[in-house]
Amino acid sequence: MRKALLAACLGLTAWLLPQAAEAQTPKRGGHLTYMIAADGGPSLDGHRETTYAVLHATAPFYSVLIRVNPENPSSTTDFTCDLCTEMPKPSADELTWVFKIRQGVKFHDGEPLSAKDVLASWQKIVSPPAGVASARHASFGMVESVTSPDDETIVFKLKFKTMSFLPSLADPWNFIYSKKRLEQDMHWYEKNILGSGPFKLDTFTIGQSVKGVRNPDYYWPGQPYLDGFTAIFAPKQSVRVEAIRADRAAMEFRSMPPAAVEQLNKELGDKVVTQSSDWNCGNVLTPNHKVKPFDDVRVRKALFLAIDQWKGAQALSKIAVVKTVGSIVFPGSPLAATKEELEQLAGYWPDIEKSRAEARRLLKEAGQENLTFDLLNRNVDQPYLIVGTWILDEWSKIGVKATQKVVPTGPWLDAMRSGNFTVALEANCQNIVNPIADVNRWMPYNVNQENFAGFLDPTMIEIYSKLVPETDMTKARVLMRQLEKRINDEAHQLMVTFWYRQVPMRSYVKGWKISPSHYLNQDLANIWLDK
Amino acid sequence: MSTTVPTMGLPAAVDASLALRPTVWMRCLRFVRREPLGTFGLALVIVMAVTGSMAELIAPYNPTANDFSAMTEAPSWAHLLGTDQFGRDLLSRLIYGARTAMIVGLSSALVGGVIGLVLGVGSAYFGGLIDLVMQRIFDIVMAFPLIILALAVVSIFGTGVQNVIIAITIPLIPRCARVVRSSALAIREIPYVDAARACGFSHSRIILRHMVPNVMAPFLIMITASVGQAVLAEASLSYLGLGVQEPVPAWGLMLQGGAEEYASTAPWIAIFPGLAIMLSVLGVNLFGDAMRDTLDPKMRNR
Amino acid sequence: MYLYIIKRVLLVIPTLIGAAALVFLLMRLIPGDVCVIRLGSSGGTFDPKAVALCHQELGMNRPIWVQFFDFMWGIVRFDFGTSMWSGKPVTTEIWARLPVSLEIALLGSVLATVIAIPLGTLSALRQNSWLDVFVRVFAIGGIATPSFWLGIISLLIVLDLTSFFLGAAWMPPIDYVPFFEDPIRNLSMVLLPAITIGYRYSAITMRMTRSTMLEVMREDYIRTARAKGLIHKLIINRHALKNAMLPVVTLIGIEFAFLIGGLVVTEQVFNLNGVGRLFVQAVQNQDYTLTQALVMMTVVVFVFCNLVVDLLYAWLDPRIRYS
Repeated sequence: MRKALLAACLGLTAWLLPQAAEAQTPKRGGHLTYMIAADGGPSLDGHRETTYAVLHATAPFYSVLIRVNPENPSSTTDFTCDLCTEMPKPSADELTWVFKIRQGVKFHDGEPLSAKDVLASWQKIVSPPAGVASARHASFGMVESVTSPDDETIVFKLKFKTMSFLPSLADPWNFIYSKKRLEQDMHWYEKNILGSGPFKLDTFTIGQSVKGVRNPDYYWPGQPYLDGFTAIFAPKQSVRVEAIRADRAAMEFRSMPPAAVEQLNKELGDKVVTQSSDWNCGNVLTPNHKVKPFDDVRVRKALFLAIDQWKGAQALSKIAVVKTVGSIVFPGSPLAATKEELEQLAGYWPDIEKSRAEARRLLKEAGQENLTFDLLNRNVDQPYLIVGTWILDEWSKIGVKATQKVVPTGPWLDAMRSGNFTVALEANCQNIVNPIADVNRWMPYNVNQENFAGFLDPTMIEIYSKLVPETDMTKARVLMRQLEKRINDEAHQLMVTFWYRQVPMRSYVKGWKISPSHYLNQDLANIWLDK
Repeated sequence: MSTTVPTMGLPAAVDASLALRPTVWMRCLRFVRREPLGTFGLALVIVMAVTGSMAELIAPYNPTANDFSAMTEAPSWAHLLGTDQFGRDLLSRLIYGARTAMIVGLSSALVGGVIGLVLGVGSAYFGGLIDLVMQRIFDIVMAFPLIILALAVVSIFGTGVQNVIIAITIPLIPRCARVVRSSALAIREIPYVDAARACGFSHSRIILRHMVPNVMAPFLIMITASVGQAVLAEASLSYLGLGVQEPVPAWGLMLQGGAEEYASTAPWIAIFPGLAIMLSVLGVNLFGDAMRDTLDPKMRNR
Repeated sequence: MYLYIIKRVLLVIPTLIGAAALVFLLMRLIPGDVCVIRLGSSGGTFDPKAVALCHQELGMNRPIWVQFFDFMWGIVRFDFGTSMWSGKPVTTEIWARLPVSLEIALLGSVLATVIAIPLGTLSALRQNSWLDVFVRVFAIGGIATPSFWLGIISLLIVLDLTSFFLGAAWMPPIDYVPFFEDPIRNLSMVLLPAITIGYRYSAITMRMTRSTMLEVMREDYIRTARAKGLIHKLIINRHALKNAMLPVVTLIGIEFAFLIGGLVVTEQVFNLNGVGRLFVQAVQNQDYTLTQALVMMTVVVFVFCNLVVDLLYAWLDPRIRYS
């Protein structure tokens, strides 16, 4: 397992361009103002929420057990301790993981943090009591129990060994809360912030901003470098671009489309730098298998074959937050398909004319030459509407006349959940790169209730049940290809272009490194200002 | 999305100029001479109507075809107004957009206007409880924020052109009905309606023959004002993501994604659709004002 | 007169009930709900059980008539409950956003009135002069320009101008500070949005001033006054303007209620944490309680403005109150 991880790590550093590391010593002081590309989130409880609006506003206040290495966040396999003292080796059967907890850590109210607090937090995440919501509860299906034999130790016992355990554990939402507060009220953290992270809460202005000040008792030596930060909610993109230009804010951490990056480069020159990375998000084309004629594999396949992903992704990368062609696994992961492997799949053929000829033939064979339908899409520009508009034009090239039915987020989700659509453009956006867990979203609805394509496929389940407990990277890779091929052969669903994250920021911001997800590496502890 | 309710005094007397009836041409000529701004407005409206209805003949390109080899190109001889982010010809999209604007503007103004006319006249004529109830309903719809109505319509039916029209039409109805009602009330008090009733004429005959023609002036003014408002409302809905959707060429939609992202790097994407909206609404309003001045008897003899 | 007032005030009640029922129904007709959005809007995986739990917490699994009764009973007690999205009391949510919206609305209306009334009057006095043509085009231009477009373009112009002349681009702050804490920062933030909002507002007022002035100028008593040789200026000040102001004041009142609609868009463009933006958020998140409260708030403002206007008219024109 360690070997596999190491190999994966090496492979990955070669794949993702590492940021040129500047050998500068961080400076203390300064105040960072950044924007959150959303309106204020729902509750403040990271365990129950899923929108980054919450995470970007709260992560600097909290510690976690383990995390993606903040100095190497683009790696998909490099996990390091935050509150633990050393990354543990599992027991021989890979079922027991023992973490030693750092001593002398204090919550912002001065109370000491012990393994009991870590335990209480993890129990809330893994096995929440009745009436308490845990959004990622389902990703801990492998956990048998969490226990704490003493004040310094946390033990995770697993039901089966799996590669997906560590990434799930390093999920950035798994904040450590105070046991005392949780015992008083399990919902206390929905309205309050109290952690042990690099920053203490200063003020929270409803709907507008969050301010944090340096935590002098922080346990990582020297950190945090900033005296404080202000995070401003700014949902409109034009405002965010202009704010960076006028230095009202230094950056936003999510992503900006190419036109905005280009504009900032043009206007600010060397006063702005941009970090970019493939993104563990993408759009998924989901035909509703329960609706005629999409119950016919030929029709579904024809729709996929009509799309020129290679040329499209390249062109769209100039106008939308997309870039890389990929399939069910994040392109930067060692488990992802190579370009040669992809080109075997329907919808990825290198010869688009041949592909479209085949699409037309399939439609004719299925008697659907004059196919017309609505593509269900979400009223979000980047990149849903751009990708959707592009796909419609691609389909028109094989004679399919589709129109877009664009609805706001709520009705869009509802239409998919209730099966009230013909073909939908969905999003697939996972936080930490965890391929084994991530591919669960492609599984038929008897395994994953939230797959709206509405198909059953025992073969897929069979492959997946072998994949989950597989800890050998080579074998897992083979199984992953089988799964991918099965999904594609049956034309269940199609991944269309992975998103591409570009974060332009004022060049005085140093120390932060981009990762494949806008959820990762957001505690701001290693950021410093060179002013 | 508010309405400027023109202050209407007494309704136009139908037979104001019966004595000497000038020919249509003479009337037009007089309109042109006395209302240069109104004529300019009318000219803008005619240009819009002609380009919209003959889009296929005029537009140099297919308005929905993507061309990835010509993305965000500045205006040139090949693309007179440049291209948008999908490489689509802006001029062609503007020309087809005129059609969408006309469809949205005219149909919501006409449908909203006619329903408003019927309800307004009916409410004024029957009076009593019917009037009271209708008034409350108008109040509710007028006070209700458009965005909620629009969101409800769009969420339930989706964002087609016809649904946008529905969303825009609903709030127009009570505004039109209000204006028509107040004019109709004044007429109702005039003895000849009572006389007509005494003669035993049917309700429909009295309403159609006597009341409707007399509220025509405010009604027409209201409708012209509504056309402009509908075009603007479509743009505002698009800005909130509830308007007409890609790839349908529509001005408001063109202003939404493009205007924000490319306002600085490719300003033509933002400027031309904005100008198109401004000019068309300006045209409709100038024409409407001139028509009010011409139709309103108080304004006539100046 | 008292009878009329009582009758008119009582008529407000059915309007309010109707609006409450309408918003309650419409919000629930929109497919999807706050829980689904809360967990699913990021496109990640989530536990379906969490949705059910969320429904239960928010009382959304109760029969619809119970929910409606709850809502109406809340209105009677001025208790709008807690926001389904943030869990905070609805009043807290609205209160936090009110200052910035009010400030912009007020400043915008003051700017608009100060510009519109003199210009409108002048334009009426010099009917068909170049000034008149200019004012009319300027006014219709204000009505014809989509306000978000105006906002975006004016912001860009400010950025480009400052970047050209000062070397560094400047824009208004994007987080609100109350006036009494930092007046300069506060004003630099609200001025541009107020102008954007005020332009449209002033355009409408200007048109109204002009047309009512024209009408009043033709009234007999003004003609008489003129004939009697009163100084032209005095007539305008004392008689014409005073009478022309009534519909204008009415319009300003009603338009003030409509400003909320203008705020929806302008607050987005300038990133102002105001009521308009809250409205969009509440609707987008399908936050029933917050949307209901906000709709009721705008409806009440609208109905109140109309009530005042009606009473004012009744007071001025006896025919109305006896009909």
